[in-house]
Parts: sequence; structure tokens; C-alpha cells
Amino acid sequence: MSARGNILGKLRDSLAGTTPRPDEFDERLVTKPWRYAPGDRIARLRSLMEAVHTEVHQCRSDNWPELVAELLNKRNLTNLLCAPAKEHGRALQAYFEATEQRVELLAYDQPVEAWKEELFWNVEASLTGTLGGIAATGTLVLWPDRHEPRLMSLVPPVHIALLKASEIHDNLYDMMVSQDWAAGLPTNVLLVSGPSKTADIEQVLAYGAHGPRELIVLVLEDA
Amino acid sequence: MSQRIPVTELTPDFRGRAEEALADGQLRENFRVAMDSLMTKRANAFPDADEREGLRELGNRIKAGALSRLPDLLEQLEQKLTENGIKVHWAETIEEANNLVHDIIEARKGSQVVKGKSMVSEEMEMNDYLAERGIECLESDMGEYIVQLDNEKPSHIIMPAIHKNARQVSKLFHDKLGEPETEDVNQLIQIGRRTLRRKFMEADVGVSGVNFAVAETGTLLLVENEGNGRMSTTAPPVHIAVTGIEKVVPNLRDVVPLVSLLTRSALGQPITTYVNLISGPRKPDELDGPEEVHLVLLDNGRTGAFADAQMRQTLNCIRCGACMNHCPVYTRVGGHTYGEVYPGPIGKIITPHMAGLDKVPDHPSASSLCGACGEVCPVKIPIPELLQRLRQENVKDPEQPQQVKGGGAKYSRTERWIWRGWQMLNTRPALYRSFLWAATRFRALAPKKAGPWTENHSAPVPARRSLHDLAARHLDQNGGRPS
Repeated sequence: MSARGNILGKLRDSLAGTTPRPDEFDERLVTKPWRYAPGDRIARLRSLMEAVHTEVHQCRSDNWPELVAELLNKRNLTNLLCAPAKEHGRALQAYFEATEQRVELLAYDQPVEAWKEELFWNVEASLTGTLGGIAATGTLVLWPDRHEPRLMSLVPPVHIALLKASEIHDNLYDMMVSQDWAAGLPTNVLLVSGPSKTADIEQVLAYGAHGPRELIVLVLEDA
Repeated sequence: MSQRIPVTELTPDFRGRAEEALADGQLRENFRVAMDSLMTKRANAFPDADEREGLRELGNRIKAGALSRLPDLLEQLEQKLTENGIKVHWAETIEEANNLVHDIIEARKGSQVVKGKSMVSEEMEMNDYLAERGIECLESDMGEYIVQLDNEKPSHIIMPAIHKNARQVSKLFHDKLGEPETEDVNQLIQIGRRTLRRKFMEADVGVSGVNFAVAETGTLLLVENEGNGRMSTTAPPVHIAVTGIEKVVPNLRDVVPLVSLLTRSALGQPITTYVNLISGPRKPDELDGPEEVHLVLLDNGRTGAFADAQMRQTLNCIRCGACMNHCPVYTRVGGHTYGEVYPGPIGKIITPHMAGLDKVPDHPSASSLCGACGEVCPVKIPIPELLQRLRQENVKDPEQPQQVKGGGAKYSRTERWIWRGWQMLNTRPALYRSFLWAATRFRALAPKKAGPWTENHSAPVPARRSLHDLAARHLDQNGGRPS
């Protein structure tokens, strides 16, 4: 018999004569304590994310590229990985060209194998969009795709994320159910709630373990 | 790495290790400080007791419900994962699981593996197995990396290097990596980051565990703070996830309460930095992610625990570590004293099904039954009740069929006779009275040594007159016996 057959066989024997327990999921337990007035969602998300060293800025859809340039220049960063095929990537590119920024804009437009060395050692920052945010836990939701692949929000030491205020949900359950995630998930979904961190030595919190040292969230209040 | 003790060859010497640990002031301080802080963090993460209890109840219902239809869920999970392009493998033993992992690596001619934190891979002793076959398997969680570098085992399931302080880590990095000594934790972490980043980039295969496997969508969910889990599951061309068969949950929505219970109970965090939901390998139009994703489902004694309706509850465990953080015994003796992969209260109740109760006969009684573990368990495993059950299994007649693997290891014929005698004495009044008469009259003959008891206590000596006698006399003098 195969391992599969043996394992399932033993489990079935042990359950002989029993009936499965009914599904007793109670959604109130994961939603009721985590409801916020629409006007409070940004503040809640902001305070939780700032508590774990995230830099949060509130801005508008017409001035965020300017803020990105400022944030990069302040840190003396020389390049930024972004997605020119996306609307926000195009907006950023247009602004950087118009204002003759010296920061080089890079695109993730080839399979990772073709430029792994460069991605891991030379890319200083990245900018991605988000699917939304979660006020209850101070979380960004990312659905990586062809233009903003999985490693884009992980490998560069600084990650800048755009979050539309209208896409901040109260809690994960609401977001998951209202968007019917169960009907089909992409190959990878990420919930990101701060820069990479560890407390593995003496429980002392240190940021920048293996992922980004800095996470910067730009909340677009008018979007 | 070959210095590590495989869990199946443990000498049952819990007491000896406990004595050493208790005499190690540094170790005790490291644990005391860490456990106090973890307990405070958990308490702060659940400010509302009603909310906490409601969520624990829900967590218990989800896990118990999943176990009540486990074989069907595993089949559904396999079907969904397969549809998503993830290959599913089954292993009854750790040898089979290691073999499967090795075959996958061999097929890719891989020689370098990076591993995210996984307790199942610790169960499998995967690092040793692969090292013996010329494959480097590097731990990438900071704590696990430190422990591996020092040829040790984790001493805590969430904080593997909790027994070490910064000075000890500094010395280790200096000795093994040639780094300058520093007790600055940030600098130590940056040394780990630099060293491991190259490994993530070069690795042929990434290995991880699984926190929850969702049958409905065919999704593997992993929680972590460092990003090493995302690196290990995303950067190498192949990802192999290894997990126990009990990690499957029916629906995607079930992970909402379970993740909340897990991260708040373990670390007092509302959520970990990363929650990583993997539902397939790289698609043709995608630019990164592994080309192959495999899931190895491991039994290793779990079907044995499952067969016993009471012990089945051990499979509710979501591996948060709260029971050890709150355990007065664990805090004092540390994780290594248990000599097994899973230490603390949860280790005591799951190891017997993996290694056999006869390998860890002292564990069920290394508990004051204070109940703290059961009170904090996010999925309401009645740990103290299960410890009492294992105490009974421990002393069952070894010649009878055992309900728990390796039961009966502490059976003693002498003890059995003593208890029989005790029972007889206490159920026959005439015998009892003559015993009392003899014990009080010949009290000078009471033994001076009574086994381990007299190592630390003076020997019990019967009183000159029994309580019965005294009471009878008192009643005689004060108005006679009651009718």
C-alpha cells in the first residue's frame, strides 16, 4: 500500500461510526471587535504601522510622485524599481522625467534569473501598488503580478507602497469576503505589516532582518 | 551537525539534564527574562477577555471540526493543490519524507538548500539527512541560523536561540564567521543578513514549513517576521513545503481567527510582518517565484494520536509556544532539558506519539499540573488532562496492549503490590485497626530511609497515638461516643 493509502486508511478507521462536526464559524467574532468609522480607518492603520517602524505619509494622487522624489533624495538613493506598465508607474516616470530627477528608474521586465545578482545587490528601493489595506492590524495587502512580481516588495532594502484610502478595509475577513478571495487566489498573496524584523537575539527588536529595512506607505487620501 | 542527537535515540535522562540546567544561572536568567516578556506581550495583545475567550472557542471549533473530517479534507487539499500546480507527496515516516525531499533536490541536481523555520523539518532531522548526502541545508531564520552554527537544537519552537544572549552570539559569529565581536544586536543581525542574502540568491531549493493549509483554495499559509520565509519560498527555483497532516483547515476564512490567535499568543503581535499565502508555482506569464512547488504531508505518529479520541486533541496544536512561555517548569529548566524537538507542555503530549512514551518516561510527571498551559492554549487543548492520561499510560502493565506508543515504561511490580496492599488496608476496617495499632506501638522500627523522599526530607515516623485513638479518647471524656 502507498503511504497515502495507509495514512488515509488509518484516519478513516479511527473515524468509523462518527459524524463530522458541523461548521460553526461565527463571523461576528472576527468582525465585531474590529469595526471603525470610515474617518478613523487611516488613523488606526497609521498608528499600528508606525508602532512597528513604518513611515506613513498622507498625500494626494497629484502630489505623491513629488514626495517619492523627496524621500529618495533624502536617503541619497540612486535607483528605484517600479512598474512602468502600471498607471502609478507611468505617473512616477512622467514626473521624474519632467523634473529631471537623477534617480534611475528600473523596471522588473525580465525573469528573475536574468538579473538576480543585480536585483539582490544593486537595487536600492522599490515602489509598488497595493490591493488595499486592513485597519484592524495595520496591514497592506499585495497581490503580486507580472508587472510587480513577488520579490519586488521583498529584496530591495527600501519598499515604498501606495495605498488608496478608499481601499482600506476594517478587517481581513471583510476584505476577503467582499472580494470573494475564496473563488480564486493568485499564485501569491502577501499581507505586509511593517519592515522586516526579528527579535531572535535576547528578544531585542532589530529591523531589516532579511527583507526591507524600511517600509514607507503613501496613503492617497483622494483615491 | 552530526553531533546533534536524533530524537529517536534519546537516553531517558530528563532528570540529569534538568539538574544541570537548574544549576546554570546564565541559562535560567536568559529564560526567565524571555518568558516574562513573552507572557506580558501576550496579555497585552488580548486586552478584552471576552474577545479572547470567544476567539479561543472558535479556534478550537475550527480545528476540532477539521479533525472530524480530516481524511476528506486532505483529499480535497490534494486535489486543489494539484489543480493549482503544486505537487503533493505523502510520507508515513521521517525516512520516507527525507527520501522524498532528497529525490526532488536530486532531480534538479541541487546542492544548496535554504530553509525557513519549520518544526516538521526538525522532526525529520532534514539538515543531517541532506548533509550526509552532500547537500548543504542552511537555516535562514536568524535564531535557527545561530543554533545551527553552534551545532545545537532549538530550545523554543518560536524563539530557537532564546537560551543565548548577545555576548554568546557575538562569540559564536566571531569564532565561526570571523566577524569582529560586538554585543550590539543590530550589528549581529546585519551580519546574519549579509551572510544569508547570498545564500538566498544562490540556493537551488527552498524549504519551508506550513502554518495552515487551506483545502478550499489549495493554499499554503506561512507567517513570519524576518522575510526569510518569503525569500526561501520565492527566490530559489524549487520550493518544498513540509508539514504534518493536521495542518489542514477547511476554508480560507478559517485562517482569519487562527492567524490572529497564533501571532497574538506566540509573540503578542496583532499580526506578523508577513503573512504569505502560496497557491501555486510561477505561471508562464510571471517573472519570479519557484518553477516547482511541492508539499510533503508527514504522518510520523500523528495517525496514532488520531486513533485515540482523547489524545487526538493534541493535533489541534497550531505551534504558538504559549504553553511553554507560561510553564513554570519550562522557564526553569529550558528547552534543551526535554531532549526532543518539541519542548515544554506541548512537547510532553505530542512526543510520545512520535518517539514513544518509553523514550520520554519522565516528561508527563515533570509538571506541577498548575494548569497555565491549558488556560493559555489558543485552541483549548486540555494539556493538564492529557498529561494525567499519559501518567496512567506510563504505569500500565507492559504485557497488555498499549493505547499510547511505548506505554508501560514506568510500570513497577513493587509499586503495583504496594498499591494493592494500600487498597486492602483501607477497605478492611479490622485490618486497618490492627495496622494502626502496630504502627503506633512499634513506631521506633519505622524505616529511616524511604527512597528518594529521604534524600531531601526527614523520614516520616508514625505518631505515638493515632488520630482515631485521640478522637475516641476525646469523645469518651466529653460526653461519650456519638451513636
